[in-house]
Amino acid sequence: MGFFVEVVIGGLMAGVLYSLVALGFVLIFKASGVFNFAQGAMVLFAALSMARLSQWLPQWLGFESLFLANVLAFIISAALMYVVAVLVERLVLRPLVNQDGIIALMATLGITYFLDGFGQTVWGSNIYRIDLGISKDPLIILESVFEGGVLVNRDDILAAFMAVVLVSVLAIFFQKTATGRALRAVADDHQAAQSIGIPLNRIWVIVWAVAGFTALVAGMVWGSKLGVQFSLATLALKALPVVILGGFTSIPGAIIGGLIIGVGEKLAELYLGPIIGGGLENWFAYALALVFLLVRPQGLFGERIIDRV
Amino acid sequence: MFYRENGQFKTSYRSDQQVFPILQDKWAMLGLLVVAFVLVPMVASDYVYLALLIAFIILSLAALGLNLLVGYCGQISLGSAAFMATGAYITYNVVTRLPGTPLVLAMVVGGLAAMLAGLVFGIPSLRIKGLYLAVATLAAQFFSDWVFARVGWFTNYAPSGAVSVPPLHAFGLPVIEPWQKYLFCLTVVLILGVLAKNLVRGHIGRSWMAIRDMDVAAEVIGIRPMYAKLTAFAVSSFYIGIAGAMWGLIHLGSWEPLAFDITRSLNLLFMIIIGGMGSIMGSFFGAAFIVILPILLNQVPQALGIPISVATATHLEFMIFGALIVLFLVLEPHGLARLWSIGKEKMRLWPFPH
Repeated sequence: MGFFVEVVIGGLMAGVLYSLVALGFVLIFKASGVFNFAQGAMVLFAALSMARLSQWLPQWLGFESLFLANVLAFIISAALMYVVAVLVERLVLRPLVNQDGIIALMATLGITYFLDGFGQTVWGSNIYRIDLGISKDPLIILESVFEGGVLVNRDDILAAFMAVVLVSVLAIFFQKTATGRALRAVADDHQAAQSIGIPLNRIWVIVWAVAGFTALVAGMVWGSKLGVQFSLATLALKALPVVILGGFTSIPGAIIGGLIIGVGEKLAELYLGPIIGGGLENWFAYALALVFLLVRPQGLFGERIIDRV
Repeated sequence: MFYRENGQFKTSYRSDQQVFPILQDKWAMLGLLVVAFVLVPMVASDYVYLALLIAFIILSLAALGLNLLVGYCGQISLGSAAFMATGAYITYNVVTRLPGTPLVLAMVVGGLAAMLAGLVFGIPSLRIKGLYLAVATLAAQFFSDWVFARVGWFTNYAPSGAVSVPPLHAFGLPVIEPWQKYLFCLTVVLILGVLAKNLVRGHIGRSWMAIRDMDVAAEVIGIRPMYAKLTAFAVSSFYIGIAGAMWGLIHLGSWEPLAFDITRSLNLLFMIIIGGMGSIMGSFFGAAFIVILPILLNQVPQALGIPISVATATHLEFMIFGALIVLFLVLEPHGLARLWSIGKEKMRLWPFPH
């Protein structure tokens, strides 16, 4: 039983990471109707810049503190993601306004390739570590409930904590600030928002910047757990089935969908893996999403699609 | 000045509806065929065959197949490499398990298997479209990666998952030397290309385009969306499967599951975006572009004496691809094919543009 709980917790932790990436998807999709294939590339780019800057800055400026290096690297990376957002809006979204969803999707494919190539040219293409200063010793909890207790990694706890903080910050931002209200208005109805004077272009920059920021957080957490490398971008593609499951327009959906997928694939690997062969994790999420698409295309929490084929 | 249709009067519907209504086009196409079938084999070296021509021809066919689905029917697919893999592995199994099966028959079987896979993964397209479909086809991609790596039957229980193909023969002729491979692939692509051209001119192609342009309106004028979409998936996957069989058996010779991963799918999609969506010719342009660009990126800096590492070249390639995709979508959504037809229009009027 302890083992089962461990697997579920492991799955939940993986799910948190998927949720973080999926969050970026949902934000952009809600505000601009663009299905952002590049979210994975943004995660990779942000993680690379974070990893390299936290390594380079102490050398350049001549200080030792790991904390300071991480904070500075985080701020600069966030600024970089803002620049990315501005450039994307200027060079890609604005000229493609009013085009089909498919065209925008393909454009984000282009952004994906560009960011992948650019990131690796600038930051290098080896495997890098992000050291957040957490010890790697696992914690053992719930010893009184299960025999031998349950192993939990410290960085997993940090990941979950950061996800909670990020979601709360986003929730406050969306509910309490004027900009957040404008973003929600745009998400509800582009035209109505524009007619009352909300500048769409600026909103897009903001929402891409926010998505870039969540990508940075996701990349940081993921990078500290698994190391920063190119495969991060492919792994982040799993956020696609997550948003299908949770619904394209729902932030709680992204989070719950991520957790379901995370746990589901770990359990599938555990119970189905021995029967039909290991490595299920790579496609289980997609198959689940496919089934969901056939049964409930709007996802768990999405708005009902009236658009029938 | 020379590219004029003055005086070429059409006196029957038949002559009005032909594939190349302008005489000069017909001659140009014939000339191209002569060059491809006679002149190229006389001058090309083995390197040119292996690095450029064969890859170009096969990828053109794959891009053509994808274009039928994406460009003509408007259904996006991010999983075309899965259908290539299906074609390749099934053909491989037919060739190795049933020795003596004609190669062309084996390829058709592979293509039909890919068609079946395409139909299965195309079923969601009946309920969902656009972005959702992209994820459904991604499922095909990752599922095929797994199946062909894990299920031993497909790789004939090869321990490393890599398969290699015995020497091939078609119609009693060997397909072993580069020039033989080239001519074989060229013939297959020519036949399938002509078929595709006629398919999209006919009833079925028109129903695809109607679905692409507006599915509700298409349904209203009596086109069955289910039939149109599934035929598009089937024909497209068949083409891609045949291309996959040729890519695996003829171009690569031996391959491992990674040969058909998501990068290949995206590459094919890029070909049709750059070449031109909804254009047979565009598929060829796009494939040529994507095959030649990496080679140029490797050769040009070397020729200029600029040291550039392989890794940097790869990253540059990524960046250039990405930038080009966006550039094409913004400036010329119909791709190189549109530029070509604009050029032809200009030629017709030259030197008196009014």
